[in-house]
Amino acid sequence: MATDNSPVNPAAPAAPWRHDTRKEDLKVIGKPMRKVDARSKVAGLTRFADDLSLPRMLHMKLLRSTHAHARIVHIDVSKAKALKGVHAIITGKDLPIPFGILPVSQDEHALCPDRVRFVGDPVAAVAAVDEETAWEACRLIEVQYEVLPTMGGAHEAAAHDEPRIHDYGVRGNIHRLENLEFGDLAQGFAEADHVREDLFFFEGNTHLPMEQHASLAHFDKDGKLTIWSSTQTPHYLHKALSRVLHPLPAHHVRVIACPNGGGFGGKSDPFNHEIAACKLSMVTGRPVKVALTREEVFWCHRGRHPVHMKARIGVKKNGEITALDFESYLDGGAYGSYGTASTFYTGALQTVTYKVRNYHFRGARFFTNKAPCGPKRGHGTPQPRFALEVQLDKIACDLGLDPAQMRLDNLAPRDSLTANFLRIGSMGLGQCIQKVVDGSGWKQRRGKLGRGRGLGIACSSYLSGAGLPIYWNGMPHSGVQLKVDRSGLVTVFCGSTDIGQGSDSILAYITAEVLGIDPLGIRVVTSDTDLTPVDLGSYSSRVTVMTGNAALQAAERARDILARGAAEHLGVPASRLVFADCRVFDSEDPAKGCSFLEAIVAAESRFGTIGTVGSYTPPKAAAKFRGGGVGPSPSYSYSAAVVEVDVDLDTGVYRVPKIWVAHDIGRPINATVAMGQIEGSVYMGLGEAMMEEMAYRDRNHKGHRIFVHKIPSLLEYKSPSTLEMPEVVTYVVEDPDRNGPFGAKEVGQGPLLPIMPAVANAIFDATGARVDEVPVTFEKVHAAMQAAKAGKDARFGPTEMPKVDFGESLKVKTPWQGGDGTAWNEPKRDKKAAK
Amino acid sequence: MTETAKVLVTLRVNGEPHEVAFVPHKTLLEVLREELTLTGTKHGCELGECGACTVQVDGTPVLSCLMLAIDAVGKDVRTVEGMACGPNLHPLQDAFADLGAAQCGYCTPGILMAAEALIRQNPKPCRNTVKEALAGNLCRCTGYLKIFEAVELAAARMRGEQAEPSKESIHGH
Repeated sequence: MATDNSPVNPAAPAAPWRHDTRKEDLKVIGKPMRKVDARSKVAGLTRFADDLSLPRMLHMKLLRSTHAHARIVHIDVSKAKALKGVHAIITGKDLPIPFGILPVSQDEHALCPDRVRFVGDPVAAVAAVDEETAWEACRLIEVQYEVLPTMGGAHEAAAHDEPRIHDYGVRGNIHRLENLEFGDLAQGFAEADHVREDLFFFEGNTHLPMEQHASLAHFDKDGKLTIWSSTQTPHYLHKALSRVLHPLPAHHVRVIACPNGGGFGGKSDPFNHEIAACKLSMVTGRPVKVALTREEVFWCHRGRHPVHMKARIGVKKNGEITALDFESYLDGGAYGSYGTASTFYTGALQTVTYKVRNYHFRGARFFTNKAPCGPKRGHGTPQPRFALEVQLDKIACDLGLDPAQMRLDNLAPRDSLTANFLRIGSMGLGQCIQKVVDGSGWKQRRGKLGRGRGLGIACSSYLSGAGLPIYWNGMPHSGVQLKVDRSGLVTVFCGSTDIGQGSDSILAYITAEVLGIDPLGIRVVTSDTDLTPVDLGSYSSRVTVMTGNAALQAAERARDILARGAAEHLGVPASRLVFADCRVFDSEDPAKGCSFLEAIVAAESRFGTIGTVGSYTPPKAAAKFRGGGVGPSPSYSYSAAVVEVDVDLDTGVYRVPKIWVAHDIGRPINATVAMGQIEGSVYMGLGEAMMEEMAYRDRNHKGHRIFVHKIPSLLEYKSPSTLEMPEVVTYVVEDPDRNGPFGAKEVGQGPLLPIMPAVANAIFDATGARVDEVPVTFEKVHAAMQAAKAGKDARFGPTEMPKVDFGESLKVKTPWQGGDGTAWNEPKRDKKAAK
Repeated sequence: MTETAKVLVTLRVNGEPHEVAFVPHKTLLEVLREELTLTGTKHGCELGECGACTVQVDGTPVLSCLMLAIDAVGKDVRTVEGMACGPNLHPLQDAFADLGAAQCGYCTPGILMAAEALIRQNPKPCRNTVKEALAGNLCRCTGYLKIFEAVELAAARMRGEQAEPSKESIHGH
């Protein structure tokens, strides 16, 4: 239900293009097509942030903390200031206003004013004539620290209330505590034929975009600030800058997001270096550029939270889940970032794949002295999905059921509400499972390949964009403006940001389908807060659905104006006109028509300059309880994966020769782009499954605890190369969703989720040993097999959870108990309070 | 910091001589990007670990972040900007663009340099040979599969064959 408040254009709101439009009737949607920016990228002409420069540009470097936790006693910049070529140095006192991506955790400063919270936390910024001088100046800045005890992980942070890393949050070093109960757990477990409890751990890992963050800030002589930056969320960066650089008015701030050299969630917070570069440009009156080193990218992080999980599950004999009691403990790192949302996400999507009658979720996030965690591809849902899909594999073994068939028999129904009030629309998971089962020869091969070789299956779901905005407001999530020019050029303006996923191209394909013109002839102008209408940003797989629906509305309105102009010109009723192959013609007499260009001239002559807008706001969420704002979405994608492994039984070393993946994406807007997103998601999942980890070195050195990132480089932080990438058989399943443009749903994050559990389940099929921890490294496989030889439980994984008192839960009646989405024991909170 | 004297040399880049002055400790990558404004070649890790800075020196792929610019004097340096033949893209560039083998495009210049050298040396590379040749180039977006297919497609076309991507590689199975 897109809002239809169209003060500007009276054009008919009805959309001729419905999600169930037949595939054969579409000229552009679903076809393979080059991206609008593909040729400039392969020619090396695309301008990334680090490729930009301006006359008289200064270079900025950040001085970063060498301690994991310390108070700043004194900073002496005098020697650095005296260095030839240094133009300005700023510290925490120059940027006193805190910021943070979420209104509920504005806990960051561009430069730490009083305390550093992880090795790498910035304390000063230098603008100098070149990078060498800026580095040299950083070395001359003297900082006196008073070292404080370090919190090394969730267990430690749970056990030590002092010292507090932040003076906000629940208590001690607990940032968030969530406790939500849906239905009647006691009854659910009573009805169960079989109950299991398992512990899991998912180590943190990072986005590792090939492009290091870079920004160029320029405060000009009109008092206007422009920043070009490699950011996924120019709108949120604009809001943060307008806040921190007070009294600079928001309409004097312009953020231009450059094409990102990969983001994956790592460039969706406002960052220290962006704010410091702006301030230094305002201080010096000259352009200031910053390009982070690879090590600094590891310290920016905002990647996958390390999460300890405990899951207690009750099932009937056929595997139907009568009760699921799920606990997650997130090691949040030094700052809030998206962490509040991440915490809720670890309990949100367990209910959208299989029926769950009664569900209890408890989530805790801790502050620790590590690089801050945030959203990485899948944002908080891969960890609990790993736990659920491995636990279901164990359940199938206990009950003697085929893991694939057990899932097929208990799918969540389409067009239904889940226990935690998420509204499922189209749901193609059944088809996905069938495709990978048939493709992999699952029934003939699983459990029959002999020791050392195995198959594992896992499924998942992901949302097509967060249903609620990050800051409370009633405005659309995405806006598009269309300019139709008498030269025949159509220009699409939208605030969306292309991070390699093809969002620019999506705007062109959808507009071209509605107007019947060539998408590669359309001009797309995006991610410039001065020129383009607001789009919230490239995160949570929201871009195709939300900018797509906005573009659809704008294009339909333009089509209507052009049709009325051409109708008069051709003497044919507007309702009979068809737009295709750059022509506008009578559906009853195709020869009677005119070119698209002639239709523009006719319409512009009749109605004046042609410009339309479109916007999109997701449907209202059914969940009303506190915390129910995380999880709702216009639609959910579904995926299933079968992974094959070859394991060396002596060493635990294993290879993944082949993966079968099926992904229900509603309908591909572009076939090639969709395939690339699926294969890229499978690759990133495989990297997490086999090797990626944000490992920390924890040593005692002369009485001091050294706690620092162990492998902040592209060689030591392992990621799959061409040699590790297996053959991938991909099935694109189409179950069009009514909330998607042409039925489209999300594509880019879903297929990552099932890979990690499918690898762990395949290792079990091959060796009989369980690794209940990600990454599933060779050492862990070996350790699990050794445990079996020693007569112990053939398992490697966590043995205890952090100790936390969650207090009383918010109790919500499920839809089938007659619930209305509210928590019946929730204290009345006034509507205005920020969620 | 003492003022280091610059050297004035002529570098031969993409077939053309360029007279350029720089302090001797500058890497070839820095000189290409900052002095010759050829920003197609990219920084990725500064440690020779990612391949994003790959250029060709005398026809061989080289990590330009690990090579001093001074050592390129008298050699033939080739970057992504020199791949196109006049207004037309190189067959590899065409195949990468059409198959979506460039998503964010940041690793693409380095991969194209390595792939072009491979095909020149082995006009009909098998899948494993392509994997080996590109093992030094990391990519985080594509999962490499479309890159392999694009290299194989371009190689076939460069051999004069009429080659099209398979239906499965575009639409899945």
